[in-house]
Amino acid sequence: MAHGSGGKLAHELIEKTFLGALSNPLLARLDDSAVLDCKGRLAFTTDSYVVKPIFFPGGDIGRLAVCGTVNDLAMSGAVPLYLSLAFIIEEGLLRDDLNRILASIQATSREADVQIVTGDTKVVDRGSADRLFINTAGLGLIPDGVDISGSNARPGDKVILSGTIGDHGIAVLSQREGLSFSTALGSDCAPLNGLVAEMIRASQRIHALRDPTRGGLATTLNEIAAQSKVSIRIEEEKIPVRDEVRGACEMLGLDPLYVANEGKLVAMVAPGDAEVVLARMRRNAYGREASIIGEVQPDHPGRVVMKTRIGASRIVDMLVGDPLPRIC
Amino acid sequence: MKFVDEFRSSELAQRLVHSIRHHSTRRARFMEFCGGHTVTIMKHGIRQLLPSTIEMLSGPGCPVCVTDNADLDKAIALARVPRVILTTFGDMLKVPGSRASLQEARAAGADVRIVYSTLDALQIARDNPARPVVFLGIGFETTAPTVAASVLQADQEGVHNYHVLSLHKLCPPVIKTLLDSGEVRLHGLICPGHVSAVIGSNAWEFISRDYGIPCVVSGFEPLDVLQCVHMLVSQVERSESRVEIAYRRGVRPEGNRRALELMDRVFEACPARWRGMGSVPATGLRFREAYRRFDAESAFDFDPGPTLEPKGCICGEVLRAVRTPRDCQLFGKACTPASPVGPCMVSSEGSCAAYYLYGGVE
Amino acid sequence: MCLAIPALIKSIDGSEAEVEIGGISRKASLMLTPEARVGDYVLLHTGYAINVLDQAEAEETLSLLEQIAEAGADGD
Repeated sequence: MAHGSGGKLAHELIEKTFLGALSNPLLARLDDSAVLDCKGRLAFTTDSYVVKPIFFPGGDIGRLAVCGTVNDLAMSGAVPLYLSLAFIIEEGLLRDDLNRILASIQATSREADVQIVTGDTKVVDRGSADRLFINTAGLGLIPDGVDISGSNARPGDKVILSGTIGDHGIAVLSQREGLSFSTALGSDCAPLNGLVAEMIRASQRIHALRDPTRGGLATTLNEIAAQSKVSIRIEEEKIPVRDEVRGACEMLGLDPLYVANEGKLVAMVAPGDAEVVLARMRRNAYGREASIIGEVQPDHPGRVVMKTRIGASRIVDMLVGDPLPRIC
Repeated sequence: MKFVDEFRSSELAQRLVHSIRHHSTRRARFMEFCGGHTVTIMKHGIRQLLPSTIEMLSGPGCPVCVTDNADLDKAIALARVPRVILTTFGDMLKVPGSRASLQEARAAGADVRIVYSTLDALQIARDNPARPVVFLGIGFETTAPTVAASVLQADQEGVHNYHVLSLHKLCPPVIKTLLDSGEVRLHGLICPGHVSAVIGSNAWEFISRDYGIPCVVSGFEPLDVLQCVHMLVSQVERSESRVEIAYRRGVRPEGNRRALELMDRVFEACPARWRGMGSVPATGLRFREAYRRFDAESAFDFDPGPTLEPKGCICGEVLRAVRTPRDCQLFGKACTPASPVGPCMVSSEGSCAAYYLYGGVE
Repeated sequence: MCLAIPALIKSIDGSEAEVEIGGISRKASLMLTPEARVGDYVLLHTGYAINVLDQAEAEETLSLLEQIAEAGADGD
């Protein structure tokens, strides 16, 4: 595919392939910049997606690229509106694969109700990119009165987890050479802005939201504890984990607390509103297995402690590097 | 999960702890030899629950931690031999050798691949007939028979490009060496559960008989470890020293004869270098003549370079249980899981990593 | 150390078995446990079954633990 150097071939790629898949009035103008009319507090985020393999059970790099950025916006309480989309394509990527990814992006952005308004593609030599890398940036508007941040967690807040942990990481791992195991488990990759909107409607006292992606729940809780200068206490028995994830983690010596998720969130909510928020979450497709897993405390700022199944306590630290399968 | 969940019962655990506290009157020092036991103890917070009469020590039972720099350098040098595919368990990837780790060698272009099993390494060898595949063989008697089995399978199928670098080690003789050194005084030994599944509980008889130390073979769930401690406490209170199996569902006195037979067919005992202990006789495994063609050490021309030990690192002493991680000047400062100096911090079951990650809560 | 976990044998083909661990499945070698049968639980270590788990012993251990726990509760 020799399309990345501007001129007629690139134009053809953009028009036929990308526009065909992603059409909306703003993108169709084909201007160098999308001109948007936005008033209010803007949330702005960007992320690059390099997942391997690019197709995995339950999703693909395209769906991931939309959800990841939509979710980052949603975690500030913003309503996601517009995305940019940039592709770096390795020479040799099959046209069919590209079309599948684009279709996935289109379907996911429709589900999340966001528009992709500007984009870019580059083609690089074989070996210079791992089939496909995607970067997305996103813009959203934060409604008045919403002030959600990782530094706002307060002592007494309840910690609510939206569902099972470890699904994405294990689904991707099941495809890696040298680790073969088969499972019906798919990635949990999903746009959470709908869920967040429901939660905000149920309560004005959601203080912090974050999606536990790379590094898992443990890393995310540590980040919030440090940012908010509080400690967080959770209970092992309250954390939902699918059998398949448990089985794979037991076999490979991994801890679900450190495995990546792409369709889950953790919320710090004022204690009086926790039950109401929980009930509302459970009515949403992406919050069916939501549960209160712990609470925020004032002592030992930055520390995360877990009450183990047998009733003792231990510290839950941040992840260092990638969780590697082990035999010992 | 069957055979797992029942052994994590919170209620039983708490009542067992209660019973241990009730019965333990004499001060006792128990060593958990096996890194997996260290992890169970730390991960479930068992140390906090035990009475102050009991002191727990971690021994050199982490195959990653006890791998000497010189041996690790061999693995890295092999990975750098042109066209070699080096396959390894994930545990070894980040351990620093004299100059680099396998992960760093990979970043610099070596073909290093993580596998869960030698079965996967064999498959890589079948899929790449024109390239030599080397499997980095670490682990004790639990793992060595599986590697021996892979060699026999390669032999039977004619997979000529499969090789193994044997860094396998044996447990009972190294524990004997530890006890003979007189550096550590123990009142009980928590014997490794899965090594014992292979070698049998009979393999530990010499410790109770000749050293008067009670030995109990333990499984890896929290209830298993608590049961084991309970049994050791009973022996200590009654001044007994016997070998008992707590992990009865997985271990028999005679072990797994077939596994031992396969291991013995391919390998024979030899001296091995243990980090912090130097060369210990009869604690390593090398290829027998009949299978020497699978030995990576003799099949390739490679130079591991001079061996360097990291300054200030006391992993060796931690492994011999004469110092704890907190005694180390580098612990938590220059040496952390993010930038480990020694293997005890890299391996998820190394004492230092366990102390660092699971800490302990008042 | 020596991470080995209980796995259920679902089918056997020569010296290879298909085993299940809490919802995931993979192949396991029975070269070290040729006596294993479908329906047995084995200890799975790096893709090999290293021992067959004894169900009766497991049950006995659990009831022993219950007894210890009972005695501990009354014995003070």
